[in-house]
Amino acid sequence: MIGIIFLAQTIRIAMPYFFAAAGGVVSERVGIIGLSLEGFMLTGAFCTVLGSYYSGDPWIGLLCGIAGGMAAALILAVATIRFRADQVVAGIAINLLAIGATRFFLRLFFNSSSNSPRVVGFGGEQSAGGLFATFGNPIVWLGLITLPVLGLVLYRTPFGLRLRAVGEHPQAARSLGVSVNRLRYIGVILSGALAGLGGAYLASDQHQFTDGMTAGRGFIALAAVIFGRWDPKRVALACLLFAAAETLQIQLQGLQLVPSQFVEMIPYVLTIIALVGVVGRASPPAALGKME
Amino acid sequence: MSSGSEAEVTAIGSPVGPSGGRRDRLAAALLPPLMALALAAVVGDLLILAFGEAPREVYRLLIEGTWGNAYGLGQVLYKATTLTCTGLAFAIAARAGLFNIGGESQIAAGGFAAGTVGFLLPAAMPALLAVPLLVLAAMAGGGVVGAVPGALKARFGANEVIVTIMLNFIVLALLNYAVSSHLHVPETLHTPEIAAGVIPRLADFSSTFRGSAANLSMLIVVAAAALLWWYLFRTRRGYELRAVGLQPDAAEYGGVRVGSVWTRAMIISGAVAGLGGINYVLGYKHYYEEGFATGSGFLGIAVALVGRNHPVGVMLAALLFATLSQGGLAVNALVPKQMVDVLQAVVILAMVTSVPEVQRVLRAGLRGVRS
Repeated sequence: MIGIIFLAQTIRIAMPYFFAAAGGVVSERVGIIGLSLEGFMLTGAFCTVLGSYYSGDPWIGLLCGIAGGMAAALILAVATIRFRADQVVAGIAINLLAIGATRFFLRLFFNSSSNSPRVVGFGGEQSAGGLFATFGNPIVWLGLITLPVLGLVLYRTPFGLRLRAVGEHPQAARSLGVSVNRLRYIGVILSGALAGLGGAYLASDQHQFTDGMTAGRGFIALAAVIFGRWDPKRVALACLLFAAAETLQIQLQGLQLVPSQFVEMIPYVLTIIALVGVVGRASPPAALGKME
Repeated sequence: MSSGSEAEVTAIGSPVGPSGGRRDRLAAALLPPLMALALAAVVGDLLILAFGEAPREVYRLLIEGTWGNAYGLGQVLYKATTLTCTGLAFAIAARAGLFNIGGESQIAAGGFAAGTVGFLLPAAMPALLAVPLLVLAAMAGGGVVGAVPGALKARFGANEVIVTIMLNFIVLALLNYAVSSHLHVPETLHTPEIAAGVIPRLADFSSTFRGSAANLSMLIVVAAAALLWWYLFRTRRGYELRAVGLQPDAAEYGGVRVGSVWTRAMIISGAVAGLGGINYVLGYKHYYEEGFATGSGFLGIAVALVGRNHPVGVMLAALLFATLSQGGLAVNALVPKQMVDVLQAVVILAMVTSVPEVQRVLRAGLRGVRS
């Protein structure tokens, strides 16, 4: 029984990572660095609450969240692809924009500087925990299949082949008649949709928006992408690993075995280790961050 | 001094490349920031109108609340001091071709080091000894955090963007652990007050600045900016650093050890960010408190961009962003202060998109003139 509760909580925590990391894989596979996942998620979370609040329908909220993530991604895409802006700086600017804009509109729509009112969401109450709350939530099922489906698309379809080609060797892709920029737009906007969905999950799970509620999850997702070496299967496992560590920390909180700060560090430390290449070097898509 | 000012212009304009005269290069340096500010003003107008206020009134209040009185000016100077440090930190790494996204944790580590060493000092220590010691501690704290991504890049080729971002989380968690579990004053999240090494506030000299956080740290920071300018543009090491930033392969071929330049640049970068910690810890509150500089690391990126990675430009840009940030508080009664967060992001986005674009237009224009 404890095992099942542990699993349910791990999956629940992993859910935003699944979505955002899938977005990160798509974006980085077409050559655009996934530094804005955090901003996409935050925008998605806010738009979800906005949609749910005014429609009273969680599904419309969900769609708004996806649209919000896509809109933020569109800004990044135009800046980096059309105007060839530096990806790192533009990516960080999107995050700052998302933080600022959500705070501003939180004041504008809900006249609060900390949180929105309660809105409808999916699944049971946060406090209920356990199996039903987790698996009664339809988005959870969507989250569980996202990365496997992404893997199929990337490795088993012509579309996926083109996406990968654009990130590995854009010149070669272009010489075969692939429109590099169009695929990059598709990749980045898809990444925004997926990360926005991750934000939507967070918001509908907590039934409200709170300032800065993504709390670095977009960067943990990016860490999972790198630690999982840009491969959907490994990335999914990385998400689960990071989520399991968090779950363990929550479950053991009373025991004070390890200070919680050290558990928080795990994803980041593992990512640096992966980059340094002590256990198998993580090498990114060849054209990542480069614009020819 | 005359040769100095000429070198500044060349350096600001240098990203345009060798073609074009001095005026073109100056135009290329100034156009993007001006375009970015214009775009920010448009977005600002829209946000203000969305809130049902008059833009003119809001801007008037913003200027009045910052440069219009001594308190506001003091706050601007205080914030600009911190931002100059994080801006210079990003700029010097960028000159070496590296992205230091770790300003957030480097300035925190600097403040932590100064605060911790500070409360361990004997209270009788004279300020002339204690202040330099704590300044060095702050620089060492930031420098250590900067050294890690530099060394990992040099030794393993690990991408410094990712490493600095991950280190932000790691270092801030470590500091949180150190303070919350061991070093805090009960009921608070800050360390005990420093025993010696306090840097006086402007308010100690003139009561018009009463209440503002501005302090003499700003002199130390201006000196650091001057020193960095000298290092970058007047020393062999600085020349090597810029050469690596422009073309690492060519620099390597020319006999520069690229790896050590990267490591050195990141250590200096981290140390300068760490120096920013003294502004709060020695000059304002006299203790390290968690989150004392939250956001200034990221804002430093904007400052460096607008300042075109040049020490003088960085200081001016820091004043600009400090004005915006303090101005946000001044207008908060009319429109949410969060508006300036949006505007800051708009400035960054406009800068990164307009720099290549403006250069292209200028080059096309130059070709047109010549033919």
